[in-house]
Amino acid sequence: MTMKLSRKEVEHVAFLSRLALNEREAEEFTRQFNQMFEQFEKLNELDTSQVEPTAHVLQMQNILRQDSVRASLPVDEVLANAPDREDGYFSVPRIME
Amino acid sequence: MNIYDMTLHQLRKMLSEGDITVQEIYSSFAGRIEEVESKVGAFVNLASDIAELQAHKAADRWSEGRNVTPITGLPVAIKDNISLAGVPNTCSSKMLKNYIPPYNATVVEKLAEDGALFIGKTNLDEFAMGSSTETSALKITRNPWNLDYVPGGSSGGSAAAVAAGESPAALGSDTGGSIRQPASFCGVVGMKPTYGRVSRYGLVAFAGSLDQIGPITRDVHDCAIMMNALSGHDICDSTSADVPIPDHTTGLKQDIRGLRIGLPGELFHEGIDASIREAVYAAVDLLTGMGAECVELSMPHLEYSVPVYYILATAEAGSNMARYDGVQYGYRASGAEDILDMYIRTRSEGLGTEVKRRIMLGTYMLSSGYYDAFYLKAQKVRTLIKNDFDRAFTRVDLLLSPVTPTTAFKAGKRADDPLQMYLSDICTIPANLAGLPAMSIPCGFDNGLPVGMQIIGKPFDEITMLRAAYAYEQSTDWHKRRAVITG
Repeated sequence: MTMKLSRKEVEHVAFLSRLALNEREAEEFTRQFNQMFEQFEKLNELDTSQVEPTAHVLQMQNILRQDSVRASLPVDEVLANAPDREDGYFSVPRIME
Repeated sequence: MNIYDMTLHQLRKMLSEGDITVQEIYSSFAGRIEEVESKVGAFVNLASDIAELQAHKAADRWSEGRNVTPITGLPVAIKDNISLAGVPNTCSSKMLKNYIPPYNATVVEKLAEDGALFIGKTNLDEFAMGSSTETSALKITRNPWNLDYVPGGSSGGSAAAVAAGESPAALGSDTGGSIRQPASFCGVVGMKPTYGRVSRYGLVAFAGSLDQIGPITRDVHDCAIMMNALSGHDICDSTSADVPIPDHTTGLKQDIRGLRIGLPGELFHEGIDASIREAVYAAVDLLTGMGAECVELSMPHLEYSVPVYYILATAEAGSNMARYDGVQYGYRASGAEDILDMYIRTRSEGLGTEVKRRIMLGTYMLSSGYYDAFYLKAQKVRTLIKNDFDRAFTRVDLLLSPVTPTTAFKAGKRADDPLQMYLSDICTIPANLAGLPAMSIPCGFDNGLPVGMQIIGKPFDEITMLRAAYAYEQSTDWHKRRAVITG
């Protein structure tokens, strides 16, 4: 499997990542990602058809607790870091026309 | 000996014998910071107000003989991606430069209860993404052994602070070597505990299935003391393990006769500098002389660790970094036309190049068409790597290897070559992928720069690692050397 990543594709992934690249970044990332993908393809040397994937090294299980009310941070403290707020809410630019 | 050159256990002994006060300890470290910080640059923010208050309380605990722990009255520096309430938690990013967390990380809470003094928050690669602390958007940290060289990363500020005598101990975080590699570059001891041993609550997430908080100290005894303070299950972190916690300091002095130590050939390959391999082999001879049985073995899948790591870690990072959108906290770009424009401008202006590179790689790994080819494939090879460790640990108790292919490199030397930087993580990454405990301890010097060796243990068997590390350390004096800061 060889993949030749185009600059246009890189710019599309930048948009999916909610990033805008400048000229230098777009050029550099295209070159570097192609190099890295070559490294990644080394994994194809291995036959993994009979291997289970590992997402997490610990045995994960659901952890449940009583749905009881506990103290939480006061709204003012939570909003203290907000770039913009109004009436106890986070305020953002217009979403709908 | 200067107070600021001492270890936690030395300071603790002097406190308990009444030869020193908490105030004298705090003043010595504060004075040392005053003296060398402008050259070393280990801290993003100092927390003098908090530390002074804690010093008063700790002094009271000592004078009343009440509730005195092994670290009461002793300074600990905290990596600036771990929440300390009321002090900025910048992650060395423009994005969080002014973010002040309203709560403490669980490890911070534990240390505070034990009476530690939080002298400051240490510099890191932006969001812990890097191996030299050069991707920090806020400042430059230098290697105390030679100021032209990098301290390693991403916990470079923590390792440099301990090596420079600015703090006797520090917290780091390790996703692919971010505690062990800077500890190695700075000639100090660093441990990444077993995944789940230490709560991650309050650690800003990079790659949640790999991240772990751990200590950086001047010797192995101090590492054990810090592990006692940090370990334990936490209801706020469902990935923290509910397993018994041993006293990590007991057993340090037991001999190592009959201990079986494996040397994975894949981590001694020709890409590792000869001087580093020689230093580690010399340590092997020493351990053998003390009765350990050292055997060479092969773990064939370790050579695939770097691609597996950079696929999985970037995929997790890409998801984690989605939260930085300018809505709830952190930087927000001005002049946006609509909300999409606001997201894009905020992230493009607030994040640095290395972080953008990893977010985008991660977005690729999880996008359709690439998911099976890369992400799923990497998860399967992760299983093979884990199986290699499981097999090795049926034959041996510990594994020993170099930490890094080279000693610290010159500042600016690799900044433009990310692939080269990624490849240099080859020895440290496997333990993260398998969730195993691993530590770096000093084992020599090359051209005046420290060399480290890595010990990898079985899950939740930090004690055996510490015992071997302590036995080695007691028969060498690398850990007693202190950096002379010139320039």
